Amino acid sequence: MRPLKILLIKEFKQIFRDKTLLPLIFALPLIQLLIIPLAADYEVKNINISIVDNDQSSYSEELTSKVLATGYFKLAGYSHSYKESFKQIETDKADLILEIPQNFEQNLSRNGFEKLFIAVNAINGTKAGLGGSYLSSIIADFNHKINTEIVSTNINSEFKSIEVTSLNWFNPYMNYKIFMVPGILVILVTMVGAYMCGLNIVKEKEIGTIEQINVSPIKKHHYILGKLIPFWIIGIVVFSIGFFIIGWLVYGIIPVGSLLLLYSYLALFLIAILGFGLLVSTYSETQQQAMSVSFFFVMMFILMSGLFTSIDAMPNWAQKIAYANPVTYFIEVMRMVVLKGSGLAHISKHIFIMIGFALLFNTWAIINYRKTS
Amino acid sequence: MRTDIVIKAESLTKKFGAFTAVDNISFEVYKGEIFGFLGANGAGKTTAMRMLCGLSIPSSGEANIARFDVYKETEKIKSSIGYMSQKFSLYEDLTIVENINFFGGIYGLSDAELKEQSNILIERLGLKINANKLVGELPLGWKQKLAFSVAIIHKPSIVFLDEPTGGVDPITRRQFWDLIYEAAENGITVFVTTHYMDEAEYCNRVSMMVDGKIAALDSPSNLKREYNAETMDEVFYILARQAKRQSD
Repeated sequence: MRPLKILLIKEFKQIFRDKTLLPLIFALPLIQLLIIPLAADYEVKNINISIVDNDQSSYSEELTSKVLATGYFKLAGYSHSYKESFKQIETDKADLILEIPQNFEQNLSRNGFEKLFIAVNAINGTKAGLGGSYLSSIIADFNHKINTEIVSTNINSEFKSIEVTSLNWFNPYMNYKIFMVPGILVILVTMVGAYMCGLNIVKEKEIGTIEQINVSPIKKHHYILGKLIPFWIIGIVVFSIGFFIIGWLVYGIIPVGSLLLLYSYLALFLIAILGFGLLVSTYSETQQQAMSVSFFFVMMFILMSGLFTSIDAMPNWAQKIAYANPVTYFIEVMRMVVLKGSGLAHISKHIFIMIGFALLFNTWAIINYRKTS
Repeated sequence: MRTDIVIKAESLTKKFGAFTAVDNISFEVYKGEIFGFLGANGAGKTTAMRMLCGLSIPSSGEANIARFDVYKETEKIKSSIGYMSQKFSLYEDLTIVENINFFGGIYGLSDAELKEQSNILIERLGLKINANKLVGELPLGWKQKLAFSVAIIHKPSIVFLDEPTGGVDPITRRQFWDLIYEAAENGITVFVTTHYMDEAEYCNRVSMMVDGKIAALDSPSNLKREYNAETMDEVFYILARQAKRQSD
């Protein structure tokens, strides 16, 4: 154990002496955690709408004010020709056009139906898609109201509507911050684990000190543990700061489930992701190489983790990639334990899989790290 | 003295693909000897040395270092040798004392031994006022002397020095060689590569590598006689001119 102690003393001294790395390790994750959840919100507001009112009736006026009253839309223009409104889309002033045809009110009352036209600027896909569906549901609502008005006189109405009401469990107000913060915390821990440790080892390769280690009788598992343990502790500290200071105090996220369970899973996840960083370092000769390779994988880990896009919505092959990604499991566990209060039995599958990742990465790295070539 | 062999190489060869970096070299080094390992850049010195240190497995041939086999007992070799590479490899972001404690510690010195050794070492190198300075702040000459002292802190039976005095001023080189003599007097065998031919004169015996082979091996005075040369410089020119391989 003495060689390990000596290695750990040395690592901690070097880490705390590094004036560039230290703030990076502690401050940047916190700043990110304060900024990203506030910005990464799936709710789209301020959709610029341009309304072409060719009817100028009380119905068209009512529809217009109904659309604007929702708060999702901002009136970018109100015109009498489609051409004019389309110019606003072309110049990016409007995201959506709602065209109300001539004789809208007349046709609705007389024939019982009328067509509305919505044109969407699909360059910003999310905004367009959500804007379109918001608008559709507003129109459906409007439609329903008119129906009841017209039909109320007619008892043999064929209009029956089924209303679907929904309830959002575990996050009743659909607060995206509650959904995002645990996930982003996982990403931060992933970055600390995957980059810091690997880069540290490659740095020793670059400056040549690793040669002095390799020519010494030190055991390679001691050396590797000496590198893993400091960053394992740093990972836990970063997580705790993010979880308690930012998550709890700033966003008011109080975990429903067991903290012990959460920390045990964190500890396990860190071993796996540090093993990954280690593995990258054994294949890299320079920090640049290690950085590029890690960046590629961390990018994949983040985008394929179900943080920003639901895994269920991915095509089959992409789901397979998502489930070959350790980050996916930790994000699931975070959401399950923090929001739902899941217990050990519910995440046992996640635990076994993470043990598998930890064993795979670390064994591979230890085999591939050679003191003698 | 001659009977005590600490390094024995026989037909030692290292190939990288089609390129034979070290080609069938055989030699012996005796205990307490200062053995100079000369050769032009790219002649294969560093590759040969890395094999002897247990950092690189030979392609073929035999070698024993302190009676340990270079194939099977690399880790045992590592605990009985000291090594100082071409590249300065102490930690620049640790202080002198911290470096001594770290490298001494991984060779298994106890806290008491470390304390004693670091006091002796700092005293001898005259580094007392700088003992808590980061190594990165020291001038190169002092760094090299410190690196050598750290390499022999665990009293190895052999110390390998790969161009230890590159880029160092003549006065410091002189002091460095005083340290080498002191180590040899204490029974540590010194295996040193160098490009300075005045340093070759300080060695008990020198070998001269050309194109991965040992072209000559004898004491400096015998070599000068054999090649009818005034200085080791001339011997080097005569031998190195035979090289066909491009230097790097």
